[in-house]
Amino acid sequence: MRFSEQLEAKFNQLISAFPPGRERAALVPMLLYAQDEVGHLTPEVIQEIAGRLRVPVHEVDEVVSYYSMLTRKPRGRYHIQICTNISCMLLGAEQLLEHAKQRLGIDCGEVTPDGRFSLEEVECIGACCWGPAIQVNYDYHHWMTPEKLDRLLEELRKAQ
Amino acid sequence: MSPRLYNEPSPLEVKILTRRFGLPNSQSIDTYLATGGYEAFRKALEMTPEEIIEEVKASNLRGRGGAGFPTGMKWGFVPRESPLPKYVVVNADEGEPGTCKDRLLMEHDPHQLLEGMLIAARAVGAERGYIYIRGEYRYLIEILDRAIGEAYERGFLGDNILGTGMRFHVYTHSGAGSYECGEESALLESLEGKRGVPRIRPPFPATAGLFQCPTVLNNVETFCAIPAIIRDGGKAFAALGTPRNGGTRLFCISGHVNRPGVYELPMGFNLLRMIHEVAGGVRDGRKLKAVIPGGSSCPVLKAEECDLPMDFDSVAQAGSMLGSGGVVVMDETTDMVRVAVRIAKFYQHESCGWCVPCREGTTWLRHLLTRIDQGIAKPSELDLVVEICNNMLGRTFCPLGDAAAMPIRSFVMKFREEFEARLRRPMVAVPDPDSLVVS
Amino acid sequence: MSKLVTLTIDGKQIQVPAGTLVINAAKQAGIEIPSFCYYDGLSLQGACRMCLVEVERVPKLMTACTLPVAEGMVVRTNTPQVIEARKAMLEFLLTNHPLDCPVCDKGGECELQDMAFRYGAGEGRFVEFKYHVPEKQWSPVVYYDAPRCILCYRCVRICDEGLGVNALGVVNRGVRSEIAPNRGDHLECDECGMCIDICPVGALTSGTYRYQTRPWEMSHVGTICTFCADGCKTTLGVRNGIIIRANNRDRSGINDEFLCIKGRFAFDFVHHPERLTRPLIRTLSGFREASWAEAIELVAERFEQARQQGGRIGLIGSTRTTNEENYFLQKLLRQGLGSNHIDHRQSGDLVSLLMATRGREGALATTADLYHASGILILGADLSQQHPLLAFQIRANYRHHRARVYVVTRGPVREDQIAARSLRVAPGQELEALESLRTELQGLPDLVVLYGDSIKGSAVARLVQWCDSLAIAVRYVCLLDDANSRGALDMGLVPDWLPGYRSLDQMNLQPGLCWEEMLESEELEVLWVVGANPLRRRHLKRRPWLVVQELFLTETAQQADVVLPAASAYEKRGTFTSVCGELQQLQPAAQVPGAKTDLEIASLIALQLGLELGPADPDELLGEIHRTVDGYNVDLPLVAAGAAVPTGPYPDVAAVAVRVDKIRSREDTLFTAGSLGQRSQVLTSVREAPGSLYRG
Repeated sequence: MRFSEQLEAKFNQLISAFPPGRERAALVPMLLYAQDEVGHLTPEVIQEIAGRLRVPVHEVDEVVSYYSMLTRKPRGRYHIQICTNISCMLLGAEQLLEHAKQRLGIDCGEVTPDGRFSLEEVECIGACCWGPAIQVNYDYHHWMTPEKLDRLLEELRKAQ
Repeated sequence: MSPRLYNEPSPLEVKILTRRFGLPNSQSIDTYLATGGYEAFRKALEMTPEEIIEEVKASNLRGRGGAGFPTGMKWGFVPRESPLPKYVVVNADEGEPGTCKDRLLMEHDPHQLLEGMLIAARAVGAERGYIYIRGEYRYLIEILDRAIGEAYERGFLGDNILGTGMRFHVYTHSGAGSYECGEESALLESLEGKRGVPRIRPPFPATAGLFQCPTVLNNVETFCAIPAIIRDGGKAFAALGTPRNGGTRLFCISGHVNRPGVYELPMGFNLLRMIHEVAGGVRDGRKLKAVIPGGSSCPVLKAEECDLPMDFDSVAQAGSMLGSGGVVVMDETTDMVRVAVRIAKFYQHESCGWCVPCREGTTWLRHLLTRIDQGIAKPSELDLVVEICNNMLGRTFCPLGDAAAMPIRSFVMKFREEFEARLRRPMVAVPDPDSLVVS
Repeated sequence: MSKLVTLTIDGKQIQVPAGTLVINAAKQAGIEIPSFCYYDGLSLQGACRMCLVEVERVPKLMTACTLPVAEGMVVRTNTPQVIEARKAMLEFLLTNHPLDCPVCDKGGECELQDMAFRYGAGEGRFVEFKYHVPEKQWSPVVYYDAPRCILCYRCVRICDEGLGVNALGVVNRGVRSEIAPNRGDHLECDECGMCIDICPVGALTSGTYRYQTRPWEMSHVGTICTFCADGCKTTLGVRNGIIIRANNRDRSGINDEFLCIKGRFAFDFVHHPERLTRPLIRTLSGFREASWAEAIELVAERFEQARQQGGRIGLIGSTRTTNEENYFLQKLLRQGLGSNHIDHRQSGDLVSLLMATRGREGALATTADLYHASGILILGADLSQQHPLLAFQIRANYRHHRARVYVVTRGPVREDQIAARSLRVAPGQELEALESLRTELQGLPDLVVLYGDSIKGSAVARLVQWCDSLAIAVRYVCLLDDANSRGALDMGLVPDWLPGYRSLDQMNLQPGLCWEEMLESEELEVLWVVGANPLRRRHLKRRPWLVVQELFLTETAQQADVVLPAASAYEKRGTFTSVCGELQQLQPAAQVPGAKTDLEIASLIALQLGLELGPADPDELLGEIHRTVDGYNVDLPLVAAGAAVPTGPYPDVAAVAVRVDKIRSREDTLFTAGSLGQRSQVLTSVREAPGSLYRG
């Protein structure tokens, strides 16, 4: 299995960051970057990375199932992550999440039928002073309101 | 290259670590060098490792990740004579709810962090450093990688740093979603490509850290304080704070305040002043109800307990913790039961599952509190919440169990009447068991 | 000897070696500190938090399982705080544990039940729902019920650290954590069942045992495994004469708790529907069933004729019959029938080793030596497949003492994982390769050399010579195939020496025919096959009158004139000698009506022949062996008590011409065991069967 040139370069960079014999240390970021490119961690991706790092596949499975950002299920092109932890919650994050569910017509962990959006309630994303905050893929959106969310979703709907 | 400020600075701030925030091109090495950057490192190159560690000890700098362990002492534990390679690891897995300071330090002034790492490397003889950044902070990895590239170009990193023969390489490393990886031994496991499960300690990372080699492991903010300490002297840094609590620290004031934001204030700054004078007071003129002073794992303080200096010892004396600097302010409208449920949900979600009391205790607390929130519990079960917390406290493998039990117990004990009121109100609906299931 | 440290536990002052964990120090003082995740010999976890104790001047409770003793340490295990903590941990454990004890296999012998009984609270306060996930079948023998799992990680560790297989891991996190097999939804492993055995609760259950019985309905019989030569103690759980399970939970025996798939599951051959239960006599139209009296009379008649013709009878014996049986059989043949045509299938060349080390003390290694030696050299064997216990011992030695392991084999073996050096050479070329290890081996204080069937005859002598040139202490293990292969050699079930490796001269005998020669022989009138299947791959040249004692109608039995139904090792008393020379007692566990032990059958024949051969009772025969056979002058009460007692030395080893080309290992894998293995449903049903050697 081949990945894009950029990802292959990233893999090399990640692996070469560690002393010889310690290649396994690159596993967690490799999985995350591979997921960013492929969309989710397919059995092929896991197999490939396991092979490259010479880690048994089942040990990679153990790692994949541990980290909350890693997923074996496909997500939407735009993965809407709404933080509802205390700071954001105090400023209306739970209502924001409810609003997102309504607007998107999906529950957390689901993907819209067109594959464009998926929704996840996430734990603190480090934007406590500027909440409620959400992340769309890796992009932060601070001081969110239901109205701002609607506008954002509309833009993303139109995006190519 | 000129990141915007998320909030206006306060005139009450003492800007040591944040002094470059808001400067044009604050991320670039040119800005950094033009404002005294890497001078501390040059100075450190003239110092012996012992002198560097002594200077850090003199600064009274205590770990900014949450535990507040004296940094100089931690560095002193690293056996420099060991034949094993030594590592410098930055804990940039900022995940404590209420905390968003490390993000700004890396976004606005990445070279300050690199300089702190270089000084640490010089102090312990490390040749490799890793910045373990939570996966969500992807954009910071790009910023840091750029800064690292600049540092190599200017000879601050590499195999012959500034012609001195010193060798040090820095790498960024992404996590992938796990609060537990903020615990230092779990972070090391994760950095080794494994599940983020904590290790048995001792041995501590100073002697057996990354790949079982001696490792200096500190929070981002801790490393960022190092250049100022070496540049201006440990004593000068110490003098900014209170006895045994040196320097300034970044407080993340969030929740029901008019000007939430990250502010650099001297250690020992009064909490009420912080809320009213720095953060512009409680929003909409409402009354202060409670504050979580140091991130979600710290016991809550009632409004009347908040007139206290924010340093490790004073907050501990008040029955809470200074923690990671996440000051979460709650006004009189806050539903304390909901906050407690949310905290319980968080810790249950993040419990790694390794040890029994944390794995089962956080789960039990979450379900029990959810039931209480829904009004379908007996009043005596409020005592059960406290007992479950007591049964977890001090008995879990790593501090995550304590981090869950301490705040939850404090909410129930300090706002018990609110919890009791919940149990008096008519039951709204029979809960759907699925709503209790963790996704 | 490490330094002693003095500490106080519950007011008792004790001295233990520095580095001892508090949990073990307490045990030495007779104080139990409860634990689930702590397990002797495996890595530390600190996960179950059951072993929390108070340590003076330490504010928090400490886990006794991760805390090394310190001089002057004061530990308390019985304070209200400790008692409360234990109660709390059990309450936590039970929150998500299904209370299905009435239908759980583990009920009655469950560590969680026992702990709850002893240390738990009398009432439950947990009223939330419990997480449930369906039970999974990972292999024909391993089932996993995640809700019952308390995540002590014993199974993960025994598989990885103990077996070197690493087939189990942990997936998910938090309360959703569970154990997962290496192939996603199933296991690919040794199928040894160690994970089931070590599970403190009913999370891992055995495909063969589950829902068969309540543990207290069984009687437990400690005996010796009948498969490979390693001599594992196995405790058979028996109900109404039927064996239901095998394990060694009491950690008695040289194997501690270790058993492989054969020892743990393959006892099912005993109750195979094709077991012979009536003597069979050949007629023109095939076999007819006969009474024992008729069959024995007929056999004795033929034997008598052969005797009168000058001993024209040959005996091919077994590697799974007891020492007493083998001793009696050779006596019957040599003294009673005047024949020295006695043999069995030899799988390793021990006698050459005994000749080459004649007069030396301690030339043969014991099973315990494999755990203590500082160096291990494996020549020409796939130990994890052929000798799972020896491999287990060596892995433990490596884990606990960092033993230096050297491997010289024709292909990859699991021991490569722990080897300081691994060399790949063609069979028979092992000695030539050794030279490259000389410097490393010379640096070791002591070494145990294990050699397989490719080293035989003069090669054994050369091996000893080479090892002598290292000038370090070297002990040897000659690897043999079956449960009593060693005993068959010791008891002189061979044409070249008498019991105790004495010279044939002492009885004025000439070397007899070996078993292959017997099949070819023109002069034998009677061929007596006891527990062997020589005709599986060979033919008789000229058909002698053939008597076969067997469990099943094997290829050999099918050609017999009389077939006598024999009892298996699990149905008899007697002794086996392990590959490392430990003498161990068998105890009858199962009953298969109709079958008789080979000793009973042989003694009936002797009786019918009117021969005076002395006692034919296993215990009395052991006494005779003890008196007369070199190497067996051992402490018999110890043997009777269930100990593994080292045999040897052999002061009077005959100089024999070794029939080198007759020595060959059957090369069983973990999943094969000659004709016996074919009758085990378990051995043949696992997906790994039949397996192969030298795959690493």
